[in-house]
Amino acid sequence: MTELLEDGLLLAGTAFMLVAALGVLRLPDLLTRMHATTKAATLGVSLIMLGVALHFGQGGVVARALGVVFFVMLTAPVAAHVIGRAGYFVGSRLWSGTVKDELKPNYDPYTHRLKSHLETEANATRLTPESDDAS
Amino acid sequence: MSTLLSICLFALTVGLCLVLVRLFRGPSLPDRVVALELFSTMVAGIIGILAIAYEEALLLDVAIVMALMGFMATIGFARFLEQGGRRND
Repeated sequence: MTELLEDGLLLAGTAFMLVAALGVLRLPDLLTRMHATTKAATLGVSLIMLGVALHFGQGGVVARALGVVFFVMLTAPVAAHVIGRAGYFVGSRLWSGTVKDELKPNYDPYTHRLKSHLETEANATRLTPESDDAS
Repeated sequence: MSTLLSICLFALTVGLCLVLVRLFRGPSLPDRVVALELFSTMVAGIIGILAIAYEEALLLDVAIVMALMGFMATIGFARFLEQGGRRND
């Protein structure tokens, strides 16, 4: 029973990682590629590590395998956020079929400042200080 | 090494080849960084399967280090891009 479960976990993890690799090759632009890699690869390595923990079944090894899972789940969103932000800043091109870029009308690429469309008079005077002119 | 582990290793190796194609072709530097991150994650998975195949639990430490290195490299590249370093895509 345990072996069957372990084999299933390993196969599922491998399948998810293969899907992630296929996605990073086939999808059209940076953001869709990140959408494939972050989620599918995280799930794939988590399933494989659960299979490893099930295979060895000793306290130390299980702790280390779960440590890998925890670490990957902690770092993958951060890395995806950081590289997506950097990719938008350097102006990587979006797919030609992109329907909507919500950031574009509200974002100033020179000052890295976002507009909320809720600016009041008080905010407007506070938000247009000399620092904008300096940058 | 059982048949299932061989199948898993073969599939993951094919996946690594696909990621390598994107790494060479990727039109811009962020695409290549994403491919590199996926590469390191997949190598961590391969090391996990090898740990089962060789009954060697110590290999899991290598997987931890591999995941850590991929994360650090991504953060470093992203900082480099945001600071506007010179690029040669």
